[in-house]
Amino acid sequence: MSDVRNVIIIGSGPAGYTAAIYAARAQLNPILFEGSVTAGGALMNTTEVENFPGFTDGIMGPALMENIRAQADRFGAEIITDDIVSAELTGDIKTVVDGNGNTYQAKSVILAMGSGYRELGLDSEKRLSGHGVSWCATCDGFFFREQDIAVVGGGDSALEEATFLTRFAKSVTLIVRRDELRASKIMQERALSNEKITIAWNSIPEEILGDAKVSGIKLRDRITDEVRELAITGLFVAIGHDPRSELVKGQVELDDEGYVKVMDRTTATNIPGVFACGDLVDHTYRQAITAAGSGCSAALDAERWLAASE
Amino acid sequence: MGATKIVTEASFAEDVLMSDKPVLVDFWAEWCGPCKMIAPILEEIAANNEGITIVKLNVDENPALSAQYGITSIPTMNVFKGGEVVKSIIGAKPKAALLADLAPYL
Ligand SMILES: Cc1cc2nc3c(=O)[nH]c(=O)nc-3n(C[C@H](O)[C@H](O)[C@H](O)COP(=O)(O)OP(=O)(O)OC[C@H]3O[C@@H](n4cnc5c(N)ncnc54)[C@H](O)[C@@H]3O)c2cc1C
Repeated sequence: MSDVRNVIIIGSGPAGYTAAIYAARAQLNPILFEGSVTAGGALMNTTEVENFPGFTDGIMGPALMENIRAQADRFGAEIITDDIVSAELTGDIKTVVDGNGNTYQAKSVILAMGSGYRELGLDSEKRLSGHGVSWCATCDGFFFREQDIAVVGGGDSALEEATFLTRFAKSVTLIVRRDELRASKIMQERALSNEKITIAWNSIPEEILGDAKVSGIKLRDRITDEVRELAITGLFVAIGHDPRSELVKGQVELDDEGYVKVMDRTTATNIPGVFACGDLVDHTYRQAITAAGSGCSAALDAERWLAASE
Repeated sequence: MGATKIVTEASFAEDVLMSDKPVLVDFWAEWCGPCKMIAPILEEIAANNEGITIVKLNVDENPALSAQYGITSIPTMNVFKGGEVVKSIIGAKPKAALLADLAPYL
């Protein structure tokens, strides 16, 4: 164990890396933990990001994250490719432990752990995961060339995945719980005008069928209660994300859905010196640019807090 | 570069199926984010473990083999011993978890 740092940043999406840029430029000598395999965050699993300002023609998600990371690195942020597995945040000096058992201490901590994908919660889902059940259309779509597949979900990411998957698949059925879509107008228009996409409205997945790999799905109609089977070889689950707040539960105040609570218009949590940003706190916007913006706020909040507590 | 080796459909039989040592085949592609995240971990494991050979198979360039082994998700890391798949690891994992999965073959 070594010296007490000014600031430790946990998480490596747009929020964490941006916090590191600001903290490093402010000479706070930050140390950032980016995760052992998920470094770069949610955008590592996507293709083109069209709406991040400054990239006129769009940029690939992984390339954007490499850039933001390199920018933090340029200002001297120390970046460690490991997970934080436990954290003690309540005292004046905060302590965190990484996956190799190393301990680090700091006066302030910025939480930027983002969110993880939600599962359907079916037994068959775990069993068939990687055998036709997937959470990453850009990774796995390729394997479903000329096949009939389905996407579960009615939000932006579900429609984006469905649209993307039509590049490969023969047909894509979008399985939607209600009789309307949550997705934005532009995504709806893109998906609805695509001949390969059909929508199964009011449909609730009951069971994924198949022994060694996916052969179909049982859907229950929410209104009539009728159960029907749809023959598919691939199922992509895109029903949303849950904040990764497990690490700090019981110390940092969370809301009913597990998002970290912050004080109005700031990134301050209930614990002095602990700040939170990005999808970990955000019910509403959940975009790369808003995550990056709040990462900036967190670094500035931490900087001011450190100056005030000198 | 370095500790892992590239295999193709042409070299698969010799490099993988007929190898004396266990061989881990990493099914990957250029466009797969999680595959990129796991690549340096596999390099490290390859460099530090004599007992296993680690090779990379590009699914874009070798679609027949990917289909033959029923790959529907990448990264998939299959361990071959005596020409048979003895272990299949699907999805990116932290190094410690990978090492634990691979322990019997290292
Ligand atoms: C498929 C997909 C497509 C998207 N497309 C767009 C788009 O086009 N435009 C847009 O603006 N937004 C898009 N988004 C949303 C955007 O990706 C998120 O809003 C943004 O990434 C949130 O950033 P974040 O920094 O809060 O968290 P994340 O990006 O989720 O990153 C958090 C990271 O922190 C790390 N971490 C977590 N826990 C720990 C720990 N204990 N120790 C160490 N590290 C840890 C992990 O590496 C994790 O991945 C998309 C999301 C998805 C899933």
